[in-house]
Amino acid sequence: MENPYIIKQISIFSENRPGRLAAIAEALKGAEINIFAFSIAEADGFGVVRALVDRPEEAYRALTDLGFRVSFTEVVGVKMRDEPGGLSEIASILGDADINIEYAYAYSGRDAAVLILRVDQVEDAIRQILERGGELLEASRFR
Amino acid sequence: MFWNKAMETIGGEDLATLQLKRLKWTLHQTQKVDFYRRRFKEAGVRPEDIRRLDDVERLPFTYKRDLQKGYPFGFFAVPLNKVVRVHTTSGTTGKPTVVGYTRQDLENWSEMIARNIVMVGVGEGDVFQNAVNYGLFTGGLGFHYGAEKVGLTVIPSATGNTRRQIEMIEDFGVTAIHCTPSYALHIAEVAESMGRSLDSLSTGFFGAEPWSESMRRELESRLGVTAFDSYGLSEMYGPGVAFECQEQDGLHIWHDSYLVEIIDPKTGERLSPGERGELVITPLVKEAMPLVRYRTGDITMLMEDRCACGRGQKIARITGRSDDMLVIRGINVFPSQIEHVLMSLPEVGEQFMVYIDRVKHLDEMTIEVEMSRAAFSGELQDLARMQKKIAGELHNTLGLRTTVRLVEPGSLPRFEGKAKRVVDRRGGI
Ligand SMILES: [Zn+2]
Repeated sequence: MENPYIIKQISIFSENRPGRLAAIAEALKGAEINIFAFSIAEADGFGVVRALVDRPEEAYRALTDLGFRVSFTEVVGVKMRDEPGGLSEIASILGDADINIEYAYAYSGRDAAVLILRVDQVEDAIRQILERGGELLEASRFR
Repeated sequence: MFWNKAMETIGGEDLATLQLKRLKWTLHQTQKVDFYRRRFKEAGVRPEDIRRLDDVERLPFTYKRDLQKGYPFGFFAVPLNKVVRVHTTSGTTGKPTVVGYTRQDLENWSEMIARNIVMVGVGEGDVFQNAVNYGLFTGGLGFHYGAEKVGLTVIPSATGNTRRQIEMIEDFGVTAIHCTPSYALHIAEVAESMGRSLDSLSTGFFGAEPWSESMRRELESRLGVTAFDSYGLSEMYGPGVAFECQEQDGLHIWHDSYLVEIIDPKTGERLSPGERGELVITPLVKEAMPLVRYRTGDITMLMEDRCACGRGQKIARITGRSDDMLVIRGINVFPSQIEHVLMSLPEVGEQFMVYIDRVKHLDEMTIEVEMSRAAFSGELQDLARMQKKIAGELHNTLGLRTTVRLVEPGSLPRFEGKAKRVVDRRGGI
């Protein structure tokens, strides 16, 4: 049974040159796909665009058809309390459990700020966060 | 299995003595050719000055353009009535090169082809289809006579009418085939479309054009053969000069018949085993058309002097032409080396581009590669690791630091025909 809290992020390879992000956004718009959140990670000459979208499978197809290299990455979304210490609480839950955060980015959703986390042991992270009273986004919102 | 064990395994002092004796004979033979008498005089060297094998370095090179100027029979060292066969090779420009053979030359040539065939385990009882151009091209008749000498059942099918070729393979129970690698792929495609599986085939001899290891895998899986690389050139009789043994790791070149040097194509200096450069051959038994230090234009290297099969020193598979060589920060680089590295990495696709710039008086080489479809994990650190790995492999092979750029799939130019993958932006000096 699939874990209901594992969210499929799409990761897109992109060269660092003008217009590439626009081309990605255009492709998703053309397929009427909503982007909830995205971030860009850059290295030497290239980058990875990460996005949470409402219909990941269709986004994958739309981008792949245009020749982009796309892959799915499993992430979790944690609702953060809108008060000081919200972030450090999540970080310490994971730290206590020896779970590594590979990267994180945030967006503000309808009812709360959401932290998107890429961790090395996703099932463990979900269990720990839930046990410690954290609230996770359900993957069903993204398909 | 050996055809002529003594000559196939000769080495050390015995080989050196034989080579020197035959080299002297060859030089004597060349003095019957106007071109060589003149060329030796210009170089201030006489055949009798060559007392050791290493003295060969004092001799001038022979280039293809020299042979073209000798059209038609200017390089024959025997009267025409002793020449029993003539072949020609078409050059890209001008007149063809004419090569001639005495009866003894044809015997020598067949002998070498026979060694090659037996070396890979083909022999009496095998049915052999020779699917190359007969006629002026050396590949047809050359292989034909060698195969008959071994005692194979030879089918001189030549090229063309591929459906017919496929029918013959199946109806005659052909076990071994000789053709160009590209024609072999065409046969595979047509056979697949006809629903024929070519079950009897087990050995393929492929030559006359360079082909890669990935091509080998494809030929082996689609035709159900073990594929062997065959190297030759008309100026050295034709096919059969060097050939892979069952190790499929480098080609045995017949040292009793060819004196091999690897040189830096720019300086003419001799290179050591393991260093890639241009193959230069002085044939040791050619009677009608002796040659001295012939510049083949083919890039290879001498390999370590031992092979599990017991034969002599091998050369590596040909990886390009000396005309394509680049000099980057004083290091010789062949685009084919880059191609080989990239093809051995599953992370990248087959397309690549090389840019050479001069930045602050230093040559910089940038290589753009497309990642393969399966290789993208979605993680930035994996990409960075991949980039580093590619640069590391290139450094190992080229001895040169390069900048590797990962680019989006489909963004590099595709070429039909000869690819132009190198853009040298250094300009004049
Ligand atoms: Zn061997």
